[in-house]
Amino acid sequence: MLLITLGSGFLVFLMALGLCVKAWPILRLKSLGEILFSSSWHPLKGDFGMLPFIMGTLWVTGIAIIIAVPISLLTAIYLSEYAPKRMKEFSKPFIDLLAGIPSVIYGVWGILIIVPLVKDHIAPFFGVYSSGYSVLSAGIVLSIMIFPVIIHITMEVFHSIPRELREASLALGATRWQTVKHVLLRKSLPGIVAANVLGFSRAFGETMAVLMVAGNIVKIPLSVFDAGYPLPALIANNYGEMLSIPLYDAALLMSALVLFVVVIFFNVVSRYILHRINLRIS
Amino acid sequence: MDAKPHLQVKNLSVSYGTTAALKNISVDIPDKKITAIIGPSGCGKSTLLRAFNRLLEDGDEVSISGQVLVDNEDIYDPRNDITQIRKKMGLLSQKPYPLPMSIFENVAYGPRIHGIKKNRMDETVRHYLTIAGLWEEVKDRLHEPATRLSIGQQQRLCLARGLAVEPEIILADEPTSALDPKSSQKIEAEFKVLKNDYTIIIVTHILRQARRLADYVLFIYLGELIEHGPARQIFENPQHEMTKEYIQGIIS
Repeated sequence: MLLITLGSGFLVFLMALGLCVKAWPILRLKSLGEILFSSSWHPLKGDFGMLPFIMGTLWVTGIAIIIAVPISLLTAIYLSEYAPKRMKEFSKPFIDLLAGIPSVIYGVWGILIIVPLVKDHIAPFFGVYSSGYSVLSAGIVLSIMIFPVIIHITMEVFHSIPRELREASLALGATRWQTVKHVLLRKSLPGIVAANVLGFSRAFGETMAVLMVAGNIVKIPLSVFDAGYPLPALIANNYGEMLSIPLYDAALLMSALVLFVVVIFFNVVSRYILHRINLRIS
Repeated sequence: MDAKPHLQVKNLSVSYGTTAALKNISVDIPDKKITAIIGPSGCGKSTLLRAFNRLLEDGDEVSISGQVLVDNEDIYDPRNDITQIRKKMGLLSQKPYPLPMSIFENVAYGPRIHGIKKNRMDETVRHYLTIAGLWEEVKDRLHEPATRLSIGQQQRLCLARGLAVEPEIILADEPTSALDPKSSQKIEAEFKVLKNDYTIIIVTHILRQARRLADYVLFIYLGELIEHGPARQIFENPQHEMTKEYIQGIIS
């Protein structure tokens, strides 16, 4: 059992190592700057600029975060500070359930609901034409997928704050909202940041649902209604095909490495913050 | 009773779910005196104290009946603004809970939410820190986080913070139980001075503290008010058998 445990721990390092080794050929030929910041992606000509994909990922993740953060923060505040106990007990399992839905279902739901919504209502409202398959659609779908993570962790952070601290503020004649704003949010800021970073890292790496609605066109999106091609979609769509093209394989694994490093980095940072908060409580 | 009552409790009952925490309590709390609520732990002392500034109702499944009158106004009257009621009472809890901000901001917090002018804030903060006997110790580090103070200093900071909203009544819930003897002594000394201007209600399970401080005493046992009266009478000539036993240390 010790070996199995150690083995699964090591797996992370093995994967990182494997990706590095496989991505090595392209790193030897081209500078990291060229790979990350060139927007020319022509595998047949030997151009492997990943900027369109990186920008696609950033757009989608950014939109998801902009939508998800305020909504989940307000939900968490409402559920933990205002809602009657019954409401809280009733809605919490549903929110957690959202996290368990397979992402392909989010993808299908995105195609059926969100894509037409963007195409027929949101884009025309701004006087723009859009096929609906866009970074906006992907961002909306993604934001719903990361709600549960952010809400759940934020509520736990609120829960860790002693009741007496809220009472100290209330007893001074502060309203509930003043207490939330000046005391609760301030006290739990690191935890809220960590919760959102964890949501962010999930959004960054999410593949299936995004791939289904983002449009997948190799171009840097210029507006929210443009299609985008996020990194995970690039890998999932292309790995295993056309691998006879020189360096193609290494380029895809390079993009996987980029994704891996970013997600691991954010995960470690947010878990470290949450760990510190737990230490403070106990 | 010679002094006029500041706070009157009439038929107050509180229950958590189906458990009764306070049973039909009626008592007058004298103005500008220290009133001690004594009794064994879990008997409802804190519940009674928290009923006075309506902190109880934040819990789930709490039912409250009866009246609590402050200056002849029922604080449970739904027409009353809860923040105004709470503003009338400063709360000092068992452990100090400084707000997550600087020493200065802790004291300024109350006045600020009640709209005191910015240019008077320095003076206000200084004034209340002085009253709480903390000014000399913190005047050079007002903008440090409050959590860097010692626990005794934090408790005095909480006192200053409570006084800064200009309450009439100070509610103290075993305010020295987390403190060392020296800090406790400071808080007790503060109370003796403050009672000239405020009505103080202190919950304590330390009988000696009640003897040192109290002018008036309420003895509560299992949610019932067994006996109340001037401190001297309760301690030297208790009328009720149970009070006698508690004071002699037979029950605790």
